[in-house]
Amino acid sequence: MEYFIELFFSGLTRGSIYALIALGYTMVYGIIQLINFAHGEIYMIGAFTALIVTGVLTYYGWPHLAIILIAAVLAIFYSAAYGWTMERIAYKPLRDAPRLSALISAIGASLFLQNYVLLAQTSDFLPFPSLISDFAFLDPVSNLFGTTDFLIYTTTGVVMALLTFLIKFTRVGKAMRATAQDRHMAMLVGIDVNRIISITFIIGSATAAIGGVLIASHVGQINFFIGFIAGIKAFVAAVLGGIGSLPGAVLGSLVLGWTEAFFTGYVSSDYEDVCAFVILVIILIFRPSGLLGRSGVQKV
Amino acid sequence: MTLGEIKKSLLAAAWFMFLTFPIMVIKVNTIQKTVEWHWERLLYVAVGGFVFSFLWRYFLRRKQGGRRPAAPVETDEPEAVPAFQRLIHDRRFAMPALVVLGLFVLVFPYLFSMYQVNIMTTALIYVVTGLGLNVVVGVAGLLHLGYAAFYAVGAYTYALLNLHFGVSFWLALPIGAALGSVFAVILGFPVLRLRGDYLAIVTLGFGEIIRLVLENWNDFSYGPSGIANIPRPKFFWFDFSLEQSAVFIYFLMLAMVLLTVFVTNRLKDSRIGRAWIALREDEVACQAMGIDIARTKLSAFVMGSAWAGMAGVVFAAKTTFINPASFTLWESIVILCIVVLGGMGSILGVILGALVLILLPEYLRAFSEYRMLIFGVVLVVMMVFRPGGILSEVRRTYLFKEGLSKDGSLS
Repeated sequence: MEYFIELFFSGLTRGSIYALIALGYTMVYGIIQLINFAHGEIYMIGAFTALIVTGVLTYYGWPHLAIILIAAVLAIFYSAAYGWTMERIAYKPLRDAPRLSALISAIGASLFLQNYVLLAQTSDFLPFPSLISDFAFLDPVSNLFGTTDFLIYTTTGVVMALLTFLIKFTRVGKAMRATAQDRHMAMLVGIDVNRIISITFIIGSATAAIGGVLIASHVGQINFFIGFIAGIKAFVAAVLGGIGSLPGAVLGSLVLGWTEAFFTGYVSSDYEDVCAFVILVIILIFRPSGLLGRSGVQKV
Repeated sequence: MTLGEIKKSLLAAAWFMFLTFPIMVIKVNTIQKTVEWHWERLLYVAVGGFVFSFLWRYFLRRKQGGRRPAAPVETDEPEAVPAFQRLIHDRRFAMPALVVLGLFVLVFPYLFSMYQVNIMTTALIYVVTGLGLNVVVGVAGLLHLGYAAFYAVGAYTYALLNLHFGVSFWLALPIGAALGSVFAVILGFPVLRLRGDYLAIVTLGFGEIIRLVLENWNDFSYGPSGIANIPRPKFFWFDFSLEQSAVFIYFLMLAMVLLTVFVTNRLKDSRIGRAWIALREDEVACQAMGIDIARTKLSAFVMGSAWAGMAGVVFAAKTTFINPASFTLWESIVILCIVVLGGMGSILGVILGALVLILLPEYLRAFSEYRMLIFGVVLVVMMVFRPGGILSEVRRTYLFKEGLSKDGSLS
């Protein structure tokens, strides 16, 4: 039973991290129906920025708390900037092109960003400094989950609540929903669609960066390739939950996280990644609209 | 070149400098706690960003300008075909060029070193896989990101059958193709219902599943260490020396390229080929015209995968050693790049794309590190500026020569 609970919490951690990446995926997909292949790379860039900033500031002997805050803020900022720039270059000129073209362009952007980091930095795994000291009030449950896990759960919850609020109750959120429903109609009623899409990319990328910083401090090491597999799994999670739906992304991520945790715990850890892909294939066969998604009719 | 343009480019350059600052300039070593600064890189970024922004806007403007013709011009040509492509289709030029090319290809192994022959053979293998993927992606419009998996199926078929049962290369060739098709059917059934981007992800997932299984199932595939000492092909009972064998595989691949070109070319004009093109253009309309989408998609998958299986067998025989690391997602993406760069749907384009993408990095060794970076740029730039590729496909058009009505060209 204890083993079960342990796996439960490790699955929860995994799922929460997937959720932070999946939220951005699902938002972008909801608005322009594009699988943003490079989303995982944005997350990786967030982690790298945080690592670099912490490295530099530690070198100059700044206090821990300041380092954490500055690193997190800069990581979010830079990821958002990369997301925005990428959208301008690789996706915007293709807005009216066939979806296959946009998807290939996204693969290109992903390939470029990966190799850019590889060449500018290194291909080795870099240890990520752990700066967050353990919270005292978590001591009684420290055998179940650590401080970083706790931070991951709370951050995911807060980010999801904020995003839901943003989309449901603000003016920008309303514009986003309108753009997602019908881009041309949204344009006709005076919504600056290009601006809304840019904002979506910025928010999605910022969310991914939060995920990047958290997972980097959770796992303790990063390299240029972490974005790829995380991106794919977050995509699986987004599809599982119903792509385009925010609560769906979180639910899907948690289901995926638990499935993986129990699978590796009870069956075999060699086939961990296979498990995610098999779930994806099964979901797409039996319920392509996902757990919480609405099944739509393909329009001509 | 106006002042405003320069200002815009300067702004872009400043933005790129700012954007790339942490990753390009600072290099942190978290173990030894050292920080390196590479300020000179900022200069490269600035210059690069300026030039890039300038060219980008210039080409974007040109593309948009070209798309808006003032008035429909009445010409005999149904479509404006670029000069180079007209040249290719001109018999007076094409025939002598083909003869010269054929002669060159035939004497190639006797003129150059074994190293060159080996590189050329690799390029030819990519030509065959590229043409196979072209059927799936270029002609039928199904984005397939797990193509390397079928290539792996072929390679492992030969390696394992030979290891356990001593099956010869010639027998393995059709078996590899058949097994590739069988796997395509297994993948095909579940994904038949999916549309474009979902399909891309499922094929990607399938490709990764196959690679991960090969990597982890030690008893079956000997895991990450792979299988070594795979015999080279024999020609009846001749035993070749190493050098002769390389030349032999070269000619073998040449024959296979010719076969592939012939088959795919004939297929494209056949009933099923036209169904594939219709599927690519519009799935719903295609269904409405009474084409069985499921069967058409499946046939495209099976065709493409059969070629990958065959090319895999040759690959195993050529390198004599295989392991799962040769069949990663990047392999699939390289093959996809070949198809996209060369021109989706165009056979000549794909051949050209394969030769450019495989031979150039070999001869530009100094840039081999930047290969993947450049591939990424190529994919984006091609999609934005020239979605048709280097040699975009020229659709077969039919013209009534006599008794034209005023605009009697049917296309």
